[in-house]
Amino acid sequence: MQKEVIISGFGGQGVLFGGQVLAYAAMDTGKQVTWIPSYGPEMRGGTANCTVVIADHEIGSPLVKNPPLVIALNLPSFDKYEPLMQAGGTLIVNQSMVDRAAQREDIHVLMIPCNEIAEEIGDKKLMNMVAVGALLSALHEVTLKDIEKALGNHLPVRHKHLLPKNYEALARGYGYAQREWDKVPA
Amino acid sequence: MPKELWKGNEAIAEAAVRAGLEAYFGYPITPQTEVLEYLSRRMPELGRTFVQAESELGAINMVYGAACTGVRVMSSSSSPGVSLMMEGISYIAGTEVPAVLVNVMRGGPGLGNIAPAQGDYNQAVHGGGHGDYQPIVLAPASVQEAIDLTVLSFDLAEKYRAICMLILDGPVGQMMEPAEMPEMKPIQRANWDWATDGKMGKRERRVLSSIYLDPIEEEKMNLRLLHRWRAIQENEVRYKEYFLDDAEIVVIGFGTAGRVALSAVREARAEGIKVGLLRPITVSPFPHKIIDELAGRVGAFLVTEMNSGQMLEDVRLSVRNRVPVEFYGRMGGVVPFPDEILNEIKRMTASKLSVDANPRDAWLDRMARI
Repeated sequence: MQKEVIISGFGGQGVLFGGQVLAYAAMDTGKQVTWIPSYGPEMRGGTANCTVVIADHEIGSPLVKNPPLVIALNLPSFDKYEPLMQAGGTLIVNQSMVDRAAQREDIHVLMIPCNEIAEEIGDKKLMNMVAVGALLSALHEVTLKDIEKALGNHLPVRHKHLLPKNYEALARGYGYAQREWDKVPA
Repeated sequence: MPKELWKGNEAIAEAAVRAGLEAYFGYPITPQTEVLEYLSRRMPELGRTFVQAESELGAINMVYGAACTGVRVMSSSSSPGVSLMMEGISYIAGTEVPAVLVNVMRGGPGLGNIAPAQGDYNQAVHGGGHGDYQPIVLAPASVQEAIDLTVLSFDLAEKYRAICMLILDGPVGQMMEPAEMPEMKPIQRANWDWATDGKMGKRERRVLSSIYLDPIEEEKMNLRLLHRWRAIQENEVRYKEYFLDDAEIVVIGFGTAGRVALSAVREARAEGIKVGLLRPITVSPFPHKIIDELAGRVGAFLVTEMNSGQMLEDVRLSVRNRVPVEFYGRMGGVVPFPDEILNEIKRMTASKLSVDANPRDAWLDRMARI
Protein backbone atom coordinates (compact mmCIF):
# COMPACT_ATOMS: atom_id res chain seq x y z
CA MET A 1 0.00 0.00 0.00
CA GLN A 2 1.20 3.47 -0.84
CA LYS A 3 -0.87 6.67 -1.05
CA GLU A 4 0.36 10.12 -2.00
CA VAL A 5 -1.36 13.38 -1.08
CA ILE A 6 -0.54 16.96 -2.06
CA ILE A 7 -2.10 19.81 -0.10
CA SER A 8 -1.73 23.21 -1.73
CA GLY A 9 -2.92 26.73 -1.04
CA PHE A 10 -1.87 30.23 0.04
CA GLY A 11 0.56 30.63 2.90
CA GLY A 12 -1.59 31.03 6.02
CA GLN A 13 -4.33 28.60 4.94
CA GLY A 14 -2.91 25.87 7.14
CA VAL A 15 -1.53 23.82 4.26
CA LEU A 16 1.52 22.53 6.12
CA PHE A 17 -0.37 21.75 9.33
CA GLY A 18 -3.10 19.94 7.39
CA GLY A 19 -0.40 17.64 6.01
CA GLN A 20 1.23 17.18 9.39
CA VAL A 21 -2.05 16.04 10.92
CA LEU A 22 -2.26 13.35 8.24
CA ALA A 23 1.37 12.38 8.92
CA TYR A 24 0.79 12.12 12.68
CA ALA A 25 -2.28 9.93 12.14
CA ALA A 26 -0.35 7.66 9.77
CA MET A 27 2.57 7.40 12.22
CA ASP A 28 0.32 6.68 15.21
CA THR A 29 -1.35 3.84 13.32
CA GLY A 30 2.02 2.23 12.60
CA LYS A 31 2.45 3.27 8.97
CA GLN A 32 5.49 4.68 7.21
CA VAL A 33 5.05 8.33 6.28
CA THR A 34 6.94 11.26 4.80
CA TRP A 35 5.87 14.91 4.92
CA ILE A 36 7.76 17.38 2.81
CA PRO A 37 6.97 21.08 2.33
CA SER A 38 7.81 23.34 -0.55
CA TYR A 39 10.43 25.41 1.21
CA GLY A 40 11.22 28.04 -1.39
CA PRO A 41 10.64 31.79 -1.22
CA GLU A 42 6.95 31.02 -1.83
CA MET A 43 6.73 30.21 1.88
CA ARG A 44 6.96 33.92 2.48
CA GLY A 45 3.45 34.92 1.44
CA GLY A 46 2.71 33.15 -1.84
CA THR A 47 1.45 29.64 -2.52
CA ALA A 48 2.63 26.79 -0.35
CA ASN A 49 2.26 23.06 -0.65
CA CYS A 50 3.26 19.88 1.06
CA THR A 51 3.42 16.27 -0.06
CA VAL A 52 2.49 13.42 2.28
CA VAL A 53 3.31 9.83 1.34
CA ILE A 54 1.77 7.06 3.43
CA ALA A 55 2.87 3.44 2.94
CA ASP A 56 3.34 0.12 4.65
CA HIS A 57 6.88 -0.28 3.24
CA GLU A 58 10.06 1.84 3.23
CA ILE A 59 9.11 4.97 1.29
CA GLY A 60 11.20 5.81 -1.77
CA SER A 61 10.60 9.20 -3.36
CA PRO A 62 9.08 11.70 -0.92
CA LEU A 63 7.93 13.77 -3.92
CA VAL A 64 5.30 12.76 -6.46
CA LYS A 65 4.74 13.94 -10.01
CA ASN A 66 1.19 12.68 -10.65
CA PRO A 67 -0.63 12.58 -7.31
CA PRO A 68 -3.73 10.43 -6.86
CA LEU A 69 -5.02 12.70 -4.06
CA VAL A 70 -4.89 16.50 -3.94
CA ILE A 71 -6.42 19.21 -1.78
CA ALA A 72 -6.49 22.55 -3.64
CA LEU A 73 -7.38 25.32 -1.22
CA ASN A 74 -7.23 28.14 -3.78
CA LEU A 75 -7.52 28.78 -7.51
CA PRO A 76 -3.77 28.75 -8.36
CA SER A 77 -3.52 25.31 -6.69
CA PHE A 78 -6.59 24.06 -8.58
CA ASP A 79 -5.05 25.32 -11.85
CA LYS A 80 -1.68 23.76 -11.06
CA TYR A 81 -2.73 20.30 -9.90
CA GLU A 82 -5.82 19.47 -11.94
CA PRO A 83 -3.71 18.69 -15.05
CA LEU A 84 -1.13 16.76 -12.98
CA MET A 85 -3.55 14.40 -11.25
CA GLN A 86 -3.36 10.67 -11.78
CA ALA A 87 -6.38 9.40 -13.78
CA GLY A 88 -8.99 8.04 -11.38
CA GLY A 89 -7.66 10.24 -8.56
CA THR A 90 -9.64 12.50 -6.26
CA LEU A 91 -9.24 16.27 -6.16
CA ILE A 92 -10.73 18.11 -3.20
CA VAL A 93 -11.31 21.73 -4.20
CA ASN A 94 -12.07 24.54 -1.79
CA GLN A 95 -15.10 25.83 -3.64
CA SER A 96 -15.05 29.03 -1.60
CA MET A 97 -11.90 30.18 -3.37
CA VAL A 98 -12.40 29.14 -7.00
CA ASP A 99 -14.64 30.50 -9.75
CA ARG A 100 -14.57 27.69 -12.26
CA ALA A 101 -15.64 24.09 -12.65
CA ALA A 102 -13.26 21.19 -13.19
CA GLN A 103 -12.10 20.45 -16.75
CA ARG A 104 -11.01 16.84 -16.50
CA GLU A 105 -13.53 14.04 -16.62
CA ASP A 106 -11.18 11.17 -15.74
CA ILE A 107 -10.70 12.28 -12.10
CA HIS A 108 -13.15 12.73 -9.23
CA VAL A 109 -13.53 16.36 -8.24
CA LEU A 110 -15.27 17.18 -4.97
CA MET A 111 -16.22 20.85 -4.57
CA ILE A 112 -16.29 21.61 -0.84
CA PRO A 113 -17.17 25.11 0.46
CA CYS A 114 -14.46 24.90 3.14
CA ASN A 115 -14.49 28.58 4.15
CA GLU A 116 -18.26 28.69 4.61
CA ILE A 117 -18.32 25.47 6.62
CA ALA A 118 -15.46 26.72 8.82
CA GLU A 119 -17.25 30.02 9.37
CA GLU A 120 -20.42 28.17 10.38
CA ILE A 121 -18.39 26.37 13.03
CA GLY A 122 -17.17 29.75 14.17
CA ASP A 123 -13.52 29.87 13.12
CA LYS A 124 -12.51 30.41 9.50
CA LYS A 125 -9.00 29.09 10.28
CA LEU A 126 -10.54 25.60 10.48
CA MET A 127 -11.01 25.45 6.69
CA ASN A 128 -7.92 23.25 6.35
CA MET A 129 -9.46 20.69 8.73
CA VAL A 130 -12.72 20.75 6.73
CA ALA A 131 -10.67 19.91 3.62
CA VAL A 132 -8.70 17.16 5.40
CA GLY A 133 -12.01 15.67 6.59
CA ALA A 134 -13.26 15.69 3.01
CA LEU A 135 -10.06 14.04 1.80
CA LEU A 136 -10.57 11.11 4.18
CA SER A 137 -13.64 10.14 2.13
CA ALA A 138 -11.13 9.08 -0.55
CA LEU A 139 -8.20 8.00 1.68
CA HIS A 140 -9.50 4.93 3.46
CA GLU A 141 -6.18 4.01 5.06
CA VAL A 142 -6.63 6.89 7.52
CA THR A 143 -9.92 7.21 9.41
CA LEU A 144 -11.60 10.18 11.02
CA LYS A 145 -10.94 8.52 14.39
CA ASP A 146 -7.20 8.20 13.56
CA ILE A 147 -7.00 11.93 12.82
CA GLU A 148 -8.92 12.85 15.96
CA LYS A 149 -6.59 10.74 18.07
CA ALA A 150 -3.54 12.19 16.37
CA LEU A 151 -4.72 15.74 17.08
CA GLY A 152 -5.34 14.80 20.71
CA ASN A 153 -1.90 13.18 20.98
CA HIS A 154 0.20 15.83 19.31
CA LEU A 155 -1.50 19.21 19.62
CA PRO A 156 0.43 21.35 22.14
CA VAL A 157 -1.35 21.64 25.50
CA ARG A 158 -2.01 25.35 24.98
CA HIS A 159 -4.12 24.49 21.93
CA LYS A 160 -6.08 21.60 23.45
CA HIS A 161 -9.17 23.76 23.96
CA LEU A 162 -9.43 23.96 20.15
CA LEU A 163 -9.88 20.20 19.79
CA PRO A 164 -13.72 20.02 19.79
CA LYS A 165 -13.99 22.55 16.97
CA ASN A 166 -11.26 20.76 14.99
CA TYR A 167 -13.15 17.50 15.38
CA GLU A 168 -16.31 19.23 14.22
CA ALA A 169 -14.54 20.68 11.16
CA LEU A 170 -13.15 17.26 10.20
CA ALA A 171 -16.55 15.60 10.60
CA ARG A 172 -18.36 18.32 8.66
CA GLY A 173 -15.87 18.09 5.79
CA TYR A 174 -16.09 14.31 5.75
CA GLY A 175 -19.91 14.40 5.82
CA TYR A 176 -20.12 16.97 3.05
CA ALA A 177 -17.76 14.90 0.88
CA GLN A 178 -19.75 11.73 1.54
CA ARG A 179 -22.89 13.45 0.27
CA GLU A 180 -20.97 14.54 -2.85
CA TRP A 181 -19.89 10.92 -3.44
CA ASP A 182 -23.53 9.82 -3.11
CA LYS A 183 -24.36 12.09 -6.07
CA VAL A 184 -21.80 10.29 -8.27
CA PRO A 185 -23.68 7.81 -10.50
CA ALA A 186 -22.63 4.22 -9.74
CA MET B 1 11.89 5.69 22.91
CA PRO B 2 8.61 6.12 21.01
CA LYS B 3 8.68 7.41 17.46
CA GLU B 4 8.04 11.09 16.93
CA LEU B 5 7.61 13.10 13.77
CA TRP B 6 10.93 14.90 13.27
CA LYS B 7 12.08 17.35 10.65
CA GLY B 8 15.50 16.27 9.32
CA ASN B 9 17.39 19.42 10.28
CA GLU B 10 15.95 19.56 13.79
CA ALA B 11 16.47 15.82 14.23
CA ILE B 12 20.17 16.24 13.48
CA ALA B 13 20.40 19.04 16.03
CA GLU B 14 18.67 17.04 18.77
CA ALA B 15 20.64 13.88 17.94
CA ALA B 16 23.88 15.86 18.28
CA VAL B 17 22.75 17.18 21.65
CA ARG B 18 21.98 13.67 22.83
CA ALA B 19 25.34 12.43 21.57
CA GLY B 20 27.01 14.93 23.89
CA LEU B 21 27.52 18.01 21.72
CA GLU B 22 29.14 20.61 23.97
CA ALA B 23 29.70 23.43 21.54
CA TYR B 24 28.06 24.55 18.30
CA PHE B 25 29.21 27.36 16.04
CA GLY B 26 27.36 28.30 12.89
CA TYR B 27 25.92 30.88 10.57
CA PRO B 28 22.42 30.79 9.03
CA ILE B 29 21.87 29.66 5.45
CA THR B 30 18.89 27.95 3.75
CA PRO B 31 18.12 25.02 3.66
CA GLN B 32 20.10 24.31 6.81
CA THR B 33 19.05 27.12 9.17
CA GLU B 34 16.77 24.96 11.33
CA VAL B 35 19.83 23.16 12.72
CA LEU B 36 21.21 26.45 13.99
CA GLU B 37 17.82 27.78 15.06
CA TYR B 38 17.03 24.66 17.08
CA LEU B 39 20.40 24.66 18.80
CA SER B 40 20.19 28.39 19.59
CA ARG B 41 17.34 27.43 21.91
CA ARG B 42 18.44 24.00 23.06
CA MET B 43 22.13 24.55 23.86
CA PRO B 44 21.72 27.48 26.32
CA GLU B 45 18.86 25.58 27.96
CA LEU B 46 21.40 22.85 28.81
CA GLY B 47 24.17 25.27 29.75
CA ARG B 48 26.16 24.35 26.65
CA THR B 49 27.84 26.64 24.15
CA PHE B 50 26.04 28.10 21.14
CA VAL B 51 27.54 30.89 19.06
CA GLN B 52 26.12 32.40 15.91
CA ALA B 53 29.43 33.50 14.45
CA GLU B 54 30.00 36.58 12.31
CA SER B 55 30.49 34.35 9.25
CA GLU B 56 31.19 30.76 8.21
CA LEU B 57 34.91 31.53 8.47
CA GLY B 58 34.46 32.57 12.05
CA ALA B 59 32.32 29.52 12.79
CA ILE B 60 34.75 26.93 11.42
CA ASN B 61 37.70 28.49 13.26
CA MET B 62 35.72 28.44 16.49
CA VAL B 63 35.02 24.75 15.79
CA TYR B 64 38.79 24.29 15.30
CA GLY B 65 39.58 25.88 18.64
CA ALA B 66 36.93 23.95 20.56
CA ALA B 67 37.96 20.68 18.88
CA CYS B 68 41.50 21.18 20.22
CA THR B 69 40.13 21.01 23.76
CA GLY B 70 38.65 17.55 23.05
CA VAL B 71 34.96 18.38 23.45
CA ARG B 72 32.29 17.26 20.99
CA VAL B 73 31.86 20.13 18.58
CA MET B 74 29.89 20.71 15.41
CA SER B 75 28.97 23.21 12.75
CA SER B 76 26.44 23.08 9.95
CA SER B 77 25.91 25.02 6.77
CA SER B 78 24.85 24.71 3.15
CA SER B 79 26.95 24.62 -0.01
CA PRO B 80 28.22 28.24 -0.36
CA GLY B 81 28.79 28.41 3.39
CA VAL B 82 30.72 25.13 3.38
CA SER B 83 32.95 26.46 0.58
CA LEU B 84 33.86 29.34 2.87
CA MET B 85 34.85 26.85 5.58
CA MET B 86 37.33 24.91 3.46
CA GLU B 87 40.48 26.57 4.79
CA GLY B 88 39.45 25.81 8.36
CA ILE B 89 38.55 22.24 7.45
CA SER B 90 42.03 21.65 6.06
CA TYR B 91 43.57 23.10 9.25
CA ILE B 92 41.39 20.81 11.39
CA ALA B 93 42.49 17.82 9.28
CA GLY B 94 46.13 18.91 9.55
CA THR B 95 45.87 19.25 13.31
CA GLU B 96 44.25 15.83 13.64
CA VAL B 97 41.37 16.95 15.84
CA PRO B 98 37.85 15.48 15.62
CA ALA B 99 35.01 17.64 14.33
CA VAL B 100 31.55 17.08 12.88
CA LEU B 101 30.25 19.15 10.01
CA VAL B 102 26.83 19.04 8.34
CA ASN B 103 26.27 20.22 4.75
CA VAL B 104 22.62 20.45 3.65
CA MET B 105 23.45 20.82 -0.04
CA ARG B 106 21.72 23.23 -2.42
CA GLY B 107 21.82 24.06 -6.12
CA GLY B 108 25.04 25.57 -7.47
CA PRO B 109 27.75 26.52 -8.35
CA GLY B 110 28.00 30.02 -6.93
CA LEU B 111 25.10 31.41 -4.97
CA GLY B 112 22.92 29.01 -6.98
CA ASN B 113 19.55 28.48 -5.34
CA ILE B 114 18.08 26.84 -2.26
CA ALA B 115 16.65 23.79 -4.05
CA PRO B 116 17.90 20.24 -3.33
CA ALA B 117 21.16 19.12 -4.98
CA GLN B 118 24.14 16.81 -4.56
CA GLY B 119 26.70 18.94 -6.35
CA ASP B 120 29.09 19.02 -3.40
CA TYR B 121 29.95 15.31 -3.59
CA ASN B 122 33.40 15.92 -5.03
CA GLN B 123 34.12 18.76 -2.65
CA ALA B 124 33.22 16.57 0.33
CA VAL B 125 34.63 13.25 -0.84
CA HIS B 126 37.62 14.20 -2.97
CA GLY B 127 38.94 17.37 -1.55
CA GLY B 128 37.68 20.81 -0.83
CA GLY B 129 40.46 22.02 1.41
CA HIS B 130 44.12 21.92 0.39
CA GLY B 131 46.60 19.18 1.22
CA ASP B 132 46.50 15.44 1.67
CA TYR B 133 43.56 14.51 3.83
CA GLN B 134 40.32 12.59 3.50
CA PRO B 135 37.24 13.24 5.59
CA ILE B 136 34.71 10.58 6.48
CA VAL B 137 31.52 11.47 4.59
CA LEU B 138 28.10 10.06 5.45
CA ALA B 139 25.01 10.50 3.27
CA PRO B 140 21.72 9.90 5.11
CA ALA B 141 18.59 9.37 3.02
CA SER B 142 15.95 9.52 5.76
CA VAL B 143 15.35 11.32 9.02
CA GLN B 144 16.06 8.17 11.06
CA GLU B 145 19.32 7.67 9.20
CA ALA B 146 20.20 11.34 9.75
CA ILE B 147 19.75 10.82 13.50
CA ASP B 148 21.73 7.57 13.63
CA LEU B 149 24.55 8.91 11.47
CA THR B 150 24.80 12.14 13.47
CA VAL B 151 25.42 10.08 16.60
CA LEU B 152 27.84 7.84 14.71
CA SER B 153 29.70 10.81 13.24
CA PHE B 154 30.89 11.96 16.68
CA ASP B 155 32.15 8.45 17.48
CA LEU B 156 33.95 8.14 14.14
CA ALA B 157 35.45 11.63 14.34
CA GLU B 158 36.91 10.84 17.76
CA LYS B 159 37.98 7.30 16.93
CA TYR B 160 40.02 8.46 13.94
CA ARG B 161 40.76 12.04 15.01
CA ALA B 162 39.20 13.08 11.73
CA ILE B 163 36.56 15.32 10.23
CA CYS B 164 33.27 13.56 9.82
CA MET B 165 30.92 15.28 7.41
CA LEU B 166 27.25 14.59 6.85
CA ILE B 167 26.07 15.52 3.38
CA LEU B 168 22.32 15.82 2.97
CA ASP B 169 20.28 17.15 0.13
CA GLY B 170 17.44 19.58 0.85
CA PRO B 171 14.63 16.99 1.16
CA VAL B 172 16.36 15.06 3.96
CA GLY B 173 16.82 18.30 5.90
CA GLN B 174 13.34 19.66 5.24
CA MET B 175 11.28 16.47 5.36
CA MET B 176 9.40 15.15 8.41
CA GLU B 177 9.35 11.41 9.12
CA PRO B 178 8.63 9.26 12.16
CA ALA B 179 11.93 8.61 13.88
CA GLU B 180 13.29 7.42 17.18
CA MET B 181 15.80 9.51 19.12
CA PRO B 182 18.55 7.87 21.13
CA GLU B 183 18.60 8.29 24.90
CA MET B 184 20.17 11.48 26.19
CA LYS B 185 23.78 10.66 27.06
CA PRO B 186 25.44 12.57 29.88
CA ILE B 187 28.49 14.48 28.70
CA GLN B 188 31.54 12.34 29.30
CA ARG B 189 34.78 13.97 28.35
CA ALA B 190 37.30 11.37 27.30
CA ASN B 191 40.76 11.72 28.74
CA TRP B 192 42.43 12.37 25.38
CA ASP B 193 46.22 12.28 25.39
CA TRP B 194 46.29 15.00 22.76
CA ALA B 195 43.73 17.56 23.94
CA THR B 196 44.92 21.02 24.92
CA ASP B 197 42.54 21.29 27.82
CA GLY B 198 44.84 22.86 30.39
CA LYS B 199 47.79 21.06 31.98
CA MET B 200 47.07 22.58 35.41
CA GLY B 201 50.74 22.14 36.32
CA LYS B 202 50.29 18.37 36.29
CA ARG B 203 51.61 17.19 32.97
CA GLU B 204 53.82 18.05 30.01
CA ARG B 205 52.75 20.88 27.78
CA ARG B 206 50.85 19.79 24.67
CA VAL B 207 50.92 21.60 21.37
CA LEU B 208 48.35 21.19 18.61
CA SER B 209 49.17 22.69 15.24
CA SER B 210 48.98 22.01 11.53
CA ILE B 211 52.45 23.48 10.95
CA TYR B 212 55.26 21.05 10.17
CA LEU B 213 58.10 23.16 8.82
CA ASP B 214 60.32 20.11 8.35
CA PRO B 215 59.06 18.24 5.25
CA ILE B 216 60.14 14.92 6.77
CA GLU B 217 57.92 15.61 9.78
CA GLU B 218 55.05 16.70 7.51
CA GLU B 219 55.41 13.51 5.51
CA LYS B 220 55.29 11.47 8.73
CA MET B 221 52.04 13.25 9.52
CA ASN B 222 50.73 12.53 6.00
CA LEU B 223 51.59 8.86 6.47
CA ARG B 224 49.82 8.82 9.83
CA LEU B 225 46.67 10.16 8.17
CA LEU B 226 46.95 7.58 5.40
CA HIS B 227 47.33 4.66 7.78
CA ARG B 228 44.30 5.91 9.66
CA TRP B 229 42.46 6.21 6.35
CA ARG B 230 43.29 2.61 5.52
CA ALA B 231 41.73 1.51 8.79
CA ILE B 232 38.67 3.64 8.04
CA GLN B 233 38.32 2.00 4.62
CA GLU B 234 38.66 -1.41 6.23
CA ASN B 235 36.14 -0.86 9.04
CA GLU B 236 33.66 1.86 8.27
CA VAL B 237 32.06 1.21 4.87
CA ARG B 238 28.28 1.28 5.10
CA TYR B 239 25.58 0.83 2.47
CA LYS B 240 22.10 -0.57 2.04
CA GLU B 241 21.10 -3.23 -0.49
CA TYR B 242 17.67 -3.62 -2.10
CA PHE B 243 16.65 -6.56 -4.33
CA LEU B 244 20.25 -7.41 -5.25
CA ASP B 245 19.96 -11.22 -5.03
CA ASP B 246 18.87 -11.88 -8.60
CA ALA B 247 19.50 -8.41 -10.05
CA GLU B 248 20.74 -8.10 -13.62
CA ILE B 249 20.84 -4.30 -13.48
CA VAL B 250 21.99 -2.46 -10.35
CA VAL B 251 21.06 1.17 -9.71
CA ILE B 252 23.43 3.12 -7.46
CA GLY B 253 22.35 6.35 -5.81
CA PHE B 254 22.87 8.09 -2.45
CA GLY B 255 20.62 10.36 -0.38
CA THR B 256 17.41 11.51 -2.03
CA ALA B 257 18.52 10.23 -5.47
CA GLY B 258 18.80 6.77 -3.85
CA ARG B 259 15.28 7.05 -2.43
CA VAL B 260 13.81 8.15 -5.74
CA ALA B 261 15.63 5.23 -7.36
CA LEU B 262 14.02 2.85 -4.84
CA SER B 263 10.57 3.87 -6.09
CA ALA B 264 11.69 3.33 -9.70
CA VAL B 265 13.24 -0.05 -8.87
CA ARG B 266 10.01 -1.20 -7.19
CA GLU B 267 7.99 -0.17 -10.25
CA ALA B 268 10.43 -1.94 -12.59
CA ARG B 269 10.26 -5.08 -10.42
CA ALA B 270 6.46 -4.95 -10.69
CA GLU B 271 6.95 -5.08 -14.45
CA GLY B 272 9.21 -8.11 -14.14
CA ILE B 273 12.57 -6.38 -14.68
CA LYS B 274 15.33 -7.88 -12.53
CA VAL B 275 16.79 -4.70 -11.08
CA GLY B 276 18.24 -3.92 -7.67
CA LEU B 277 19.52 -0.89 -5.78
CA LEU B 278 22.71 -0.18 -3.87
CA ARG B 279 22.49 2.94 -1.71
CA PRO B 280 25.88 4.02 -0.32
CA ILE B 281 25.57 5.38 3.24
CA THR B 282 29.28 6.18 3.54
CA VAL B 283 30.34 7.87 0.33
CA SER B 284 33.80 8.24 1.85
CA PRO B 285 35.06 5.57 2.44
CA PHE B 286 33.31 4.49 -0.76
CA PRO B 287 31.78 1.00 -0.96
CA HIS B 288 34.22 -0.17 -3.67
CA LYS B 289 34.31 -3.78 -2.50
CA ILE B 290 30.60 -4.55 -2.93
CA ILE B 291 30.50 -2.81 -6.32
CA ASP B 292 33.60 -4.75 -7.40
CA GLU B 293 31.83 -7.93 -6.34
CA LEU B 294 28.59 -6.96 -8.11
CA ALA B 295 30.49 -6.13 -11.31
CA GLY B 296 31.45 -9.79 -11.44
CA ARG B 297 27.88 -11.02 -11.55
CA VAL B 298 25.49 -8.34 -12.91
CA GLY B 299 24.94 -7.13 -16.46
CA ALA B 300 25.06 -3.36 -16.03
CA PHE B 301 24.96 -0.44 -13.59
CA LEU B 302 22.92 2.73 -13.60
CA VAL B 303 24.32 5.57 -11.48
CA THR B 304 21.79 8.23 -10.56
CA GLU B 305 22.69 11.50 -8.86
CA MET B 306 21.47 15.05 -8.39
CA ASN B 307 24.64 16.35 -10.03
CA SER B 308 26.54 15.84 -13.28
CA GLY B 309 27.96 12.44 -12.36
CA GLN B 310 30.44 12.96 -9.54
CA MET B 311 29.98 9.63 -7.74
CA LEU B 312 29.83 8.07 -11.21
CA GLU B 313 33.64 8.25 -11.37
CA ASP B 314 34.00 6.29 -8.12
CA VAL B 315 31.60 3.65 -9.40
CA ARG B 316 33.56 3.37 -12.66
CA LEU B 317 36.73 2.91 -10.64
CA SER B 318 35.17 -0.12 -8.94
CA VAL B 319 33.61 -1.56 -12.09
CA ARG B 320 36.81 -1.23 -14.18
CA ASN B 321 35.02 -1.53 -17.53
CA ARG B 322 33.90 -5.11 -16.92
CA VAL B 323 30.24 -4.23 -17.56
CA PRO B 324 28.53 -1.09 -18.91
CA VAL B 325 27.90 1.79 -16.50
CA GLU B 326 25.14 4.21 -17.46
CA PHE B 327 24.32 7.54 -15.87
CA TYR B 328 21.24 9.65 -15.20
CA GLY B 329 21.46 12.94 -13.35
CA ARG B 330 19.48 16.09 -12.70
CA MET B 331 21.23 19.28 -11.66
CA GLY B 332 20.70 22.81 -10.42
CA GLY B 333 18.21 21.87 -7.73
CA VAL B 334 15.97 19.63 -9.85
CA VAL B 335 14.90 16.44 -8.06
CA PRO B 336 14.23 13.55 -10.46
CA PHE B 337 10.88 11.80 -10.30
CA PRO B 338 10.80 7.98 -10.18
CA ASP B 339 9.45 7.71 -13.75
CA GLU B 340 12.63 9.32 -15.13
CA ILE B 341 14.77 6.61 -13.55
CA LEU B 342 12.27 3.92 -14.52
CA ASN B 343 12.59 5.09 -18.15
CA GLU B 344 16.36 4.75 -17.91
CA ILE B 345 16.05 1.21 -16.54
CA LYS B 346 13.70 0.31 -19.39
CA ARG B 347 16.01 1.91 -21.95
CA MET B 348 18.86 -0.21 -20.62
CA THR B 349 16.87 -3.44 -20.91
CA ALA B 350 15.83 -2.56 -24.46
CA SER B 351 19.16 -1.46 -25.95
CA LYS B 352 22.59 -2.92 -26.50
CA LEU B 353 24.95 -1.32 -24.01
CA SER B 354 28.67 -0.89 -24.50
CA VAL B 355 31.54 -0.64 -22.04
CA ASP B 356 33.29 1.73 -24.44
CA ALA B 357 30.73 4.52 -24.33
CA ASN B 358 31.40 7.44 -21.98
CA PRO B 359 28.32 7.41 -19.71
CA ARG B 360 28.37 11.14 -19.06
CA ASP B 361 28.63 12.05 -22.76
CA ALA B 362 25.84 9.63 -23.62
CA TRP B 363 23.63 11.09 -20.89
CA LEU B 364 24.39 14.63 -22.03
CA ASP B 365 23.33 13.72 -25.56
CA ARG B 366 20.07 12.25 -24.25
CA MET B 367 19.48 15.37 -22.09
CA ALA B 368 19.91 17.60 -25.16
CA ARG B 369 16.91 15.90 -26.70
CA ILE B 370 14.67 16.65 -23.68
